[in-house]
Amino acid sequence: MNQMRTALFLAKKDLYSELKTKQILVTQIIFAALVIVVFSFAFDPANNTTKAVIPGVIWVIIVFSGILGLNRSFISEQRNDTIQGLLVAPMEATSIYLGKFLANFTMMLIVELVSIPFLFLLFDFKFLGSIPYFILVIFLGSFGFIAIGTFLAALAANSKSSEMLLPLLLFPITTPILIGVVQATRIILTNMEKFSSALAWIQLVTAYDVIFFVVCFLLIDYVLEV
Amino acid sequence: MIEIKKLTKQADNKLILRSVDLSIKKGETVAILGPNGAGKSTLLKVLATLIKPTSGQVVINGLDLKKNAISIKKLLGYLPHSSLLYDHYSPLENLIFFGNIYGVNKVEEKAIKLVKDVGLSFFLNEPVKNFSRGMIQRIAIARAIVHDPEILLLDEPHTGLDQGAISILNNVILSMKEKGATTLMVTHDFKQAAEICDRIIIVKNGKIVDDFVIEDHNLTFVSEKYELQVEGIS
Repeated sequence: MNQMRTALFLAKKDLYSELKTKQILVTQIIFAALVIVVFSFAFDPANNTTKAVIPGVIWVIIVFSGILGLNRSFISEQRNDTIQGLLVAPMEATSIYLGKFLANFTMMLIVELVSIPFLFLLFDFKFLGSIPYFILVIFLGSFGFIAIGTFLAALAANSKSSEMLLPLLLFPITTPILIGVVQATRIILTNMEKFSSALAWIQLVTAYDVIFFVVCFLLIDYVLEV
Repeated sequence: MIEIKKLTKQADNKLILRSVDLSIKKGETVAILGPNGAGKSTLLKVLATLIKPTSGQVVINGLDLKKNAISIKKLLGYLPHSSLLYDHYSPLENLIFFGNIYGVNKVEEKAIKLVKDVGLSFFLNEPVKNFSRGMIQRIAIARAIVHDPEILLLDEPHTGLDQGAISILNNVILSMKEKGATTLMVTHDFKQAAEICDRIIIVKNGKIVDDFVIEDHNLTFVSEKYELQVEGIS
């Protein structure tokens, strides 16, 4: 209970910082908007085959704007060694991880909330699939990506070239999640007849999310040692 | 209050702390002196739970550091070289955040009082990034004591401070001492050590080479002892 309380204080601090500085969220949204605009010029929205591109575009936005946020997550705590202030406070390392995860995940959801409707609007996409399942897939994929990304951001933050190291570590580990969610999104958006196949992908991603969230939780203590 | 037995810290095949034994009673104000690279800050970081020792035992207030880290952290107020403050936050926001993490009651009232105590009440809502080094250190002191710690761990706290800030810091240490707090201070400032501490420990090559009580703020006595141990001058 105390662990969750301190994690919420930390998440609140990060989100309030973001509200003040507007460094990460604005960059993420600008990046998402650029991707959507570039793809809308590259693929003719009037063409039916364009529909097949949309699942990929959604996850390109989530992955790359997500990395922009993850990179800053722990590096921001190096200024004035504020990470030491957190480590000497009476809180578990898992609370720091959980707090950072909650802040990153919230920012990711805000980016998705802004960019995905904008994408559908610009591509004149008529939604024929299941909205609740679409939201579930986006939620599960973002959860797994941010859970692993937050852990690896903590690991990479101690390196001098952390901004390069994070994607190098993150992409191989999150590949199964990305394959699963892109496939599930494609089926849910374009071909609901194969829903059973999408369900299998969702189950795979859920299992992967749970396993990696627990592993990150168990290992974060070793990663955060000064 | 603090019992250290056979404490060793090794990093990259280099022994930073070599079987350190130390006992500090409640209410003592202890200065740790020594040349650069002697292991003073490492000793402080081990006590602050930032670094795990390679071997040995640390018992604080009857609690083993390895098994009761969270309970021990509640007792500690740590002030290192860096301020540990968030630049874009105001002093009030910084103190409220850290106060909340430590579970301080009526945290806003406490934060306002502390900012006033360190003489920065006019800057209560200004972002810390606009502050001078001395002003930042004053807020850093307030941050370290926001939860009324029983043990203060200070790493070169007087470095880069003006006379006003030094006086505020010394008053904080002395008022904490009156409340029964124990203070461990790593410093190169012999004058300040002689002025506010009642015991001096000299560390060299990861070992405690001298440990003595200081009376009547005798600066010459401290300097002579240090020269004898560190520079080999008698």
